[in-house]
Amino acid sequence: MRADTQERGSDAMTLTVDRPETVEQEPGPEQPKRLSGSRIMCEALVAEGVEIMWGYPGGAIMPFYDALPEYSIHHVLVRHEQAGAHAADGYARATGKVGVCIGTSGPGATNLVTGLATAYMDSVPMVAITGQVARSFIGRDSFQETDIVGITLPITKHNFLVNSAAELGDIMHEAFHLARSGRPGPVLVDVPKDVQIEEALYTPAVRPHAVPEGAGGEYARAADLIARAQKPLIIAGHGVIIANGYDELRSFAEKSGIPVITTLLGLSCFPESHPLSLGWPGMHGPAHVNRAIDEADVIVAVGMRFDDRVTGKLETWAPNARFIHIDIDPAEINKNVPAEVGIIADARDALRALVDAVAPADHTEWLHSIKRNARPEGPPKDTTFITPSTVVDAIKSATNGEARLVTDVGQHQMWAARFYGYNKPNSHITSGGLGTMGYALPAAMGVKAGCPDEPVWVVAGDGGIQMNIQELATIAQEGLNIKVAIINNGYLGMVRQWQQFFHNRNYSETRISSPDYALLTAAYGLQGRRVTEKEDVQRQVEWAMSTPGAVVLEFCISQEANVYPMIPSGGSVATMIEEPEVVE
Amino acid sequence: MTIASNGHGRTLVVLVRDNPGVLTRVAGLFRRRNFNIESLVVGHSETPGVSRMTVVVAGGAAEVDQVVKQLLKLVEVLEVRDVSDGSPLLREMVLIRVGADASQRTEVTELAKLFSARIIDVSHGSITLEMTGAETKVDNLVRLLSKFGIREMVRSGRIAMARDMSDYPVETVEALSA
Repeated sequence: MRADTQERGSDAMTLTVDRPETVEQEPGPEQPKRLSGSRIMCEALVAEGVEIMWGYPGGAIMPFYDALPEYSIHHVLVRHEQAGAHAADGYARATGKVGVCIGTSGPGATNLVTGLATAYMDSVPMVAITGQVARSFIGRDSFQETDIVGITLPITKHNFLVNSAAELGDIMHEAFHLARSGRPGPVLVDVPKDVQIEEALYTPAVRPHAVPEGAGGEYARAADLIARAQKPLIIAGHGVIIANGYDELRSFAEKSGIPVITTLLGLSCFPESHPLSLGWPGMHGPAHVNRAIDEADVIVAVGMRFDDRVTGKLETWAPNARFIHIDIDPAEINKNVPAEVGIIADARDALRALVDAVAPADHTEWLHSIKRNARPEGPPKDTTFITPSTVVDAIKSATNGEARLVTDVGQHQMWAARFYGYNKPNSHITSGGLGTMGYALPAAMGVKAGCPDEPVWVVAGDGGIQMNIQELATIAQEGLNIKVAIINNGYLGMVRQWQQFFHNRNYSETRISSPDYALLTAAYGLQGRRVTEKEDVQRQVEWAMSTPGAVVLEFCISQEANVYPMIPSGGSVATMIEEPEVVE
Repeated sequence: MTIASNGHGRTLVVLVRDNPGVLTRVAGLFRRRNFNIESLVVGHSETPGVSRMTVVVAGGAAEVDQVVKQLLKLVEVLEVRDVSDGSPLLREMVLIRVGADASQRTEVTELAKLFSARIIDVSHGSITLEMTGAETKVDNLVRLLSKFGIREMVRSGRIAMARDMSDYPVETVEALSA
């Protein structure tokens, strides 16, 4: 160990970068250029194909900002670094490219933390760059110094403190390589101010996208298990979207005849209008889906990780099933659920191989027996209130299902997931793993940047929207055409629902007030309206679509609307709370 | 599962890049994933720039599997080997100081001889011994010396190396790693 390296001075702190034996050179290798660290950063970003980044300047990152205008990278000035991280995350989820955000040292860096943790939990490729105090100031509790590498160790795929301009270029390219290869994730590069000023030789060294090899022999075993299954299910997750495996999943499902369940982050990886589609499982999944899992004898899990919101109590979940688990991350195999066949591969490659390996089969009877148990979805009761499903239905019909829905966290997130009916690939974007309130509005800025020609709708609650509402200023400054639907019930609704069910209606600190959103939106120079009548929903959504630029619509819904059904945390199908037949 | 001489727990050899902070990454992973680690020893390996860790994991097979896989996800971890099977070479070192005046010195030195321990420091009131061996042997020495009053002790934790079986008969290798 070189625990003493710090004391030996910076020249001894050589950070070894994991490079392949032979660095692939583009034809006509570029001559190394002598550049400042900040220009090396910019050149590397350009070489990696970065066209847009979200950030906020400050003392320790000023040399970078000094060089930035010379390069053809669009920088979006966010109003809070957390929003910059979420925007980069939204961009990455929508495009599959690496999202980039940047902040200064100290508070700039710590403000990125929630965004990094969000991206890490949902396997989103991101590179976050932070300024750091100059090398000679590190460890002296200098102004705006913080150990961001230490802070972000458990929430990044990897991170770097750059010790010299000479290693900066390689580290930048390595960061992009790590962020997008294998199971994607966020990587942080912390660059001391004097390293940004120091000059060094730089040669672009973009590393080719690593495509992992699937394990060949396992497919035959998987096919064998599938062939003998009477009640098989596919559970498809985010991995299918990351791998662009839509067609392959569909081919596999259709050839094998196996019904498809999609996790929350897997929503929109398989068209919900497809006869084999069952919807989503877990805590707020429809009862018949969870009952099907209870009965299933073989479950093919693709690009999902058996999150506790999917499984509830592991010991009682899917008691009759044998598992085929496909994931690109070896550590996911056997982590929560023991797999009879574990395949470590890219979801698309694996599904393609499975299509070849399985024999055509028909499970219509099983499919029908599952669907016979389904309760009708949608707005069930005669109510004068606007229902959440009315709102998402209106968005879907006003956009012909072409919209990308970016949802926040809470009840509205569950309603948008349940009632929308996603058919367009990758049209549902949300913070699933970390469950980050305040995610949707800034993430939508990134989604819009990645898909400028598609309608982008934010669906958020009155709690979450207020967590990053300052980004309306960024949206106004950038002239982004983002439509926002605030589902306002005057409560932190999901917590209130738990209080109702599990804490004897003790609504402790969940009553929340809102500003006049129409007025607030106007103050930002945007348009907004409040919608209180059910009959008015469709008309206002269409008005929003026909209005240029950003629009905020506030929908006032019943204060005590609940998400049904619900399996309490750590419970099973047996403990499911279903919607009461008569609403009080 | 393992042969008696292996001691308890599974023994992992982890090769890591000798970068600043790599120990923090490994230790942080164990803490964050709530892994049950018995001991962790770090030192140089035969390759410059590569450190070698010996990690003893207390959990069952599923936990050990997760430890190995999660370790391999760390960018600076180059290799993880579970050397528990196949009669590995496991050693621990101990420095132990016991209270012993002139009247007890002979008894302590006799014990030292039996255990092939070396006496590395003597004063009027104490004797300090050094011993290297299997953990059970260290345990026994500690047990026998405890009646003199252990003033101070440091145990290194387990270090390990797999046996070189290149010239063993195939059946032996198979039997040992079964």
